[in-house]
Parts: sequence; structure tokens; C-alpha cells
Amino acid sequence: MFGLDNKDTRMLIIVAVLTLFAPFILNPFPTGSAMAQFNAGYPDLMQRFVIFGIFAIGFNILFGLTGYLSFGHAAFLGVGSYSAVWMFKLLSMNVVPAILLSVAISGLFALLIGFVSLRRSGIYFSILTLAFAQMSFNLAYSVLTPITNGETGLQLTLDDPRILGVSATADGSIPVTSLFGLEMRSTFEMVVGPWAFQFNVGYYLCALVLLAAFYLSIRIFRSPFGMMLRAVKSNQQRMNYTGLNTKPYTLAAFVISGMYAGLAGGLMASMDPLAGAERMQWTASGEVVLMTILGGAGTLIGPVLGAGFIKYFENIFSKINDTVLHNWFAFMPDGLEDFVVFIVHPFIGKGWHLTLGIMFMLVVVFLPGGLVEGGQRIGKWVKGRKNKDDSTSATKTPAE
Amino acid sequence: MDAILLQILNGLDKGSAYALIALGLTLIFGTLGVVNFAHGALFMIGAFCAVTVQRLLSLSYEMVDESQKDFLGNPLKVKTPYVESWFGPEIGGTIIDWAVPIAILFAIPIMVLIGFVMERGLIKHFYKREHADQILVTFGLAIVLQEVIKYFYGANPIQTPSPEALSGVANVGALLGMDIVYPVWRIVYFFFSVAVIGAIFSFLQFTTFGMVVRAGMADRETVGLLGINIDRRFTIMFGIAAAVAGLAGVMYTPINSPNYHMGMDFLVLSFVVVVVGGMGSLPGAVLAGFLLGILESFASMNEIKSILPGIDQIIIYVVAIIILLTRPRGLMGRKGVMEE
Repeated sequence: MFGLDNKDTRMLIIVAVLTLFAPFILNPFPTGSAMAQFNAGYPDLMQRFVIFGIFAIGFNILFGLTGYLSFGHAAFLGVGSYSAVWMFKLLSMNVVPAILLSVAISGLFALLIGFVSLRRSGIYFSILTLAFAQMSFNLAYSVLTPITNGETGLQLTLDDPRILGVSATADGSIPVTSLFGLEMRSTFEMVVGPWAFQFNVGYYLCALVLLAAFYLSIRIFRSPFGMMLRAVKSNQQRMNYTGLNTKPYTLAAFVISGMYAGLAGGLMASMDPLAGAERMQWTASGEVVLMTILGGAGTLIGPVLGAGFIKYFENIFSKINDTVLHNWFAFMPDGLEDFVVFIVHPFIGKGWHLTLGIMFMLVVVFLPGGLVEGGQRIGKWVKGRKNKDDSTSATKTPAE
Repeated sequence: MDAILLQILNGLDKGSAYALIALGLTLIFGTLGVVNFAHGALFMIGAFCAVTVQRLLSLSYEMVDESQKDFLGNPLKVKTPYVESWFGPEIGGTIIDWAVPIAILFAIPIMVLIGFVMERGLIKHFYKREHADQILVTFGLAIVLQEVIKYFYGANPIQTPSPEALSGVANVGALLGMDIVYPVWRIVYFFFSVAVIGAIFSFLQFTTFGMVVRAGMADRETVGLLGINIDRRFTIMFGIAAAVAGLAGVMYTPINSPNYHMGMDFLVLSFVVVVVGGMGSLPGAVLAGFLLGILESFASMNEIKSILPGIDQIIIYVVAIIILLTRPRGLMGRKGVMEE
């Protein structure tokens, strides 16, 4: 289907089902029950899942295929956000032109940075991208304040021109972002028994964009262009010796992944029309690296998994507090209960980053292929055990 | 002229911190070939050593003092640090006052130990893996260390004053017949870092141990074949590099109150410094550290800012980009080091 082989089609369909039915899947616990806090099926969080999924898919096209580790990708996300918000301020509240502009601008920005950074490779490339991103971050905070509104962040105001739209709605408030009149924030709630499922327009827009982005990344992975990028990763020197100039290929990969980041930034601004410089800070770049590695760099589905995983646990872990823990471990004897809560305490709530850091280290040390490799290993182990069961009976006798 | 000298002085203390961290980074890179993203965290841990020492020294007990009464006539509770009750208020007070320099003694063994544990426990397994993997795992480690410190010390900066005697300002221009008033502690910091850098260089240059380490940096395999346990020496060098970062952190606390993410802020800049100086070149790291520190302080002069607004924020990165593109090996980079 769509020029994909069976395996890829299956993967695309799985991702499509997962994203389109996310409001059901992420809401397994009835509202009001004790487990309801582990529901993730509300619009804000679901939007973050898919937006960061797009960001990580884009990052993976660069890092997973070419092996160039960029530590400044958040700059493109920030640029995308700023351009989208400017579009909302100047043109209209329709999200289509805003997203288009953010993709275009961040693509240009990536072309510029990539052209310079890609002259070096390895750690030098990482440092160069880091330097560029920090530069943009610092500039956004200081000199570019007329464009970025400095520390406050860029926001919509009532006296923005909005040539094709209205500066203010009839009741005098700032208009909301929409897709040809379909408001991004409008949510349809379906109540089935004790469950309440929320279907948000903005989320479904993001989900469709994610599917398109995912499909495109499959096509890139399977194309001759993707092959070339892999070759760059495995042995760039040999590529150069065969008389091939790899620069255009790596630059194209860099620009594409920058455009993905811009797309994510534009969507982020479309869901919530404001943009701040902290989105460009290098910790934000580090986050997308974490997502990609945790999920599995170089695999198709890994980055999406990683993004969902990190964002889900970030949300859930930060919500757990000592009271919740005491409820969980209430079955234990008193002294032991307090002890367990004491041990777990540093890892929850505000300590989420500690958990993330440890998890990340474990993944890099033991599972360089990320969650995807973990899944494959478990699959192999299960399969291997089954095979062994069959074969042991046959091979047992000759041993003695 | 005064203004220029003042800016150079300003640059020197920041440059000293850059130089010390970059020196440690280069030592680790030159010996073990590992890119250590957790080096900033070591700097931060050093700073928190100073905080810990200060807290330990001012541990005190409460005592009801009958001779003093508050305005209601109740006896006052007086807190006395243990140190003061042991050595008498005179000496005890001085010890508490000099907590930061005393912390140096405390920080060296701790940092060396942390360095050993880090190298033996984690970094050892990453010699053969790609640089990207090394960056990633040490990046993870940096997050963990940072969060652990945050858990124990909180997220707010902690004030750690320098000794009373060194906290004032001095007129350093008096010798030259000029009027330049400058905080004493920053001058101390500069001389301290020069001393540390000098110690490291002479250690490498004039001791047998240092000679072996230098030989190992040039050709690890041959040194190993000669029957020298080079791995153990490199582990010790890692401990020393950690101690250098830690000392830089200890002495930096009076200049800037330490908080848990100070390491990360310095790390990015120190990496830029290392790359500008030339990966694997110790003199390059020191030179680039001071150079970039001074450049940064010049860029923050108002006269320059009015010509090029915002230059103070980005000057280091601009210089790094220019140098990497024109002299890919850095200012004093050696041939064949990280050229792929």
C-alpha cells in the first residue's frame, strides 16, 4: 500500500490505529477511580505525545541514518514556534499558513546552520550545532527581543493586525487558533458508563500530521537517498574515496530533519499560541536526543515510542506523591511501608529527571538499540524458548 | 587604559574557571580518549563540597544561656558551633570563616574518589564504543549527578562567602600608578588556578609518573607492551582531572553561589573552549580558556555593546565557529587527534 512493502504497511497501520484511537487507549481507567491519575487521554498531553513524536522522527532522520549527533535541534523547534506565532499575529488565526511558514523558515535556518556545521563531523559537529543553538537562544533572549519578546515569550495581543482575520472577537477577547473555522481547542466528550473520552480537534490535526510525517520518514528510510545516508554512517571515508560528494546528502538530511523540528514547533504554537526562548535551550535539544536513543535510533518506530514513553512517564511520575505511595504500599507492615516510600521518594514527583537519567544510562549501557532492541530481544527470547522446547526432546538422547 | 585593564582582570577569573575545566576535559580526552559530558557535574560537585564543609563546620548545638534574657525575661537559647566550643571562639570563628579554603583539603580526596569510581564503574566500558555513545552515557550521568545534588541541597543557590579577610576589594592598579579596584577573592582565584595548572604541567613534565602518562597519551599500546600498567595510571589521571574540576568548583563558590545546574552552564562553554584550544592539547585548553574569558569580558563592555548589540552573549560561540571552520584542529591541536 502507498508504495510500501508489507512490513512497513503493517507498521504504518499500527501507528495509525494507535494515534487515532489514542483517546480510548490512553484512558483505560474510569474517571473517579483510584487509577484515574494514570490516564493520559486528555488533549494537552496527547498533543504533546504526537508533537514530540514528530520532532523525534525528524531528529532520527539525521542521527539515526547519518550518525551525525546534533545537540542543537531545539533551535529549529523554537524558530518554528516563533514563525507560527508571528503568522497568527500578522495574517490570521488559521493554522495552515502558520505551519507552512514555520516549516519553511526553519528549513532555511537549517540550511544555513547545516551548511556551516556539516563541514566538520564527529564531536566537532555536535559542538558546532550546540554553539549555534546556544547562540540563537542567547540572541532570542537579548537582542532579538523585538521579534521574540525576550523572557516573556511571544504572545498574541488584542491589537495585532491579523490582516485576514479579526484583531479581536465580538466579545473583545483574542481569537483562537483554528483550521478553516474548526477551533483547535474544541473538544467533544463522549461519556460511556464511568469513562469519559475526549476527542480534541487539535489532537487529531497533530495526529494526522504525525501520520504523514511517519509515512514520509518510511519512504525516506527505504529510498536510495536513505541508503546513501546509511552508507555515510557506516563509512564516510570510503564514500569519499569512491569519488562521491556526501555533503549534499547529509545537508539534505539535516534540512529535512530541521523542517520536521519546525513542523513540530509550528504545531506546538498552533495548539497553544505562544513561543518562548526556553524551547531553544540546549536541554531541550538534549531531550529529543534522549527520546530518540531511548526508543531506538535508526529504527522507524523507535523515536515515536521514545517520545511517547518519556512524555507519558514525565507526566505520570511527576504526579505521584508520598500519599499515593503510601496507598500503594499500604499492604506492607508499617515500618517497611515507610521504608519503601522513603526509598522510592527521590525518584518520583520532582525527582522525575533522576529516574529519566538513570533509565537513559541503563539504555545506553545495556540496550544501545533502545526500546525497539529490547522488544526484539524479548521476542527472540520467547521464540527461542519455544524452539528449544521443540528441539530439546529430539536432541536429548544422543548426548549420553 | 584603566577600563581595558579592568576588563582583562574580569576576563581572567572567568577564564581561570574555563581553563581549569577545559584542562580536566583535555586530560581525560588525551589519556582515555573519552569525551566526558559529566565534567561540568564534577565542577558542580566540587562547589557543593565547599557548601558541605561550610555546613559541617558551622554545625552547632543549642544551649540555654541564663545570663542573657530576651525582652520577656526568658533565658535566651544560644547556638554555639561545635568548632567554637572545641577551639575557643577566637580560633573556631576563624576556622568557620575560612571554610572555603579548608574545603580544598576535603574536596581533593572526595573528587579523586569520585573520579576513580566513575572511571572504573562506567567509563571503562566505553573505551571501545563510539564517541556518540560516550557523549550520551556521560550526558545521562551528568543528569543523574545533578538531580542527586538537587535532591539533597535543593534547587536554590546557596550562599558561600569567602573568608572575611579576602572578601573586600583591593586597588590592584596602585603598582602601576592607576586606580583599579577589584575584588580580592577573584584575584585569589586567578592565582589559585595558575598554581593548579602549573602543578599539573610540572607533574606531567618532571615526574616519572607524568612521563609514563605522556608516553601513554602518545602511544598507549607500546607503553602497555613495555610491561607498564598504563590503564591504572590513566585511571589515576582521571581522578586527578576530576579533582581539578572539583577544585575549580570549590574556589568558585564565593564568586557565584552554587546551584545544581551550574555545571551544565559551564560545561557547554568548556567544551567550546576545548574545541577552540584543540582537542587533546593541554596548553591549547589553558590558552583558549583565558583567551575566551577575556574576549567575553571585553564584549560585555558598554562601548562594544553599543556598536554590536548582543555580542557579549554570543562572542564565544562566534569565535568557536570561526576557529573551527578556519583551523579545524583548533588553536594548538595535534595532528591525528580526532580528525575523522
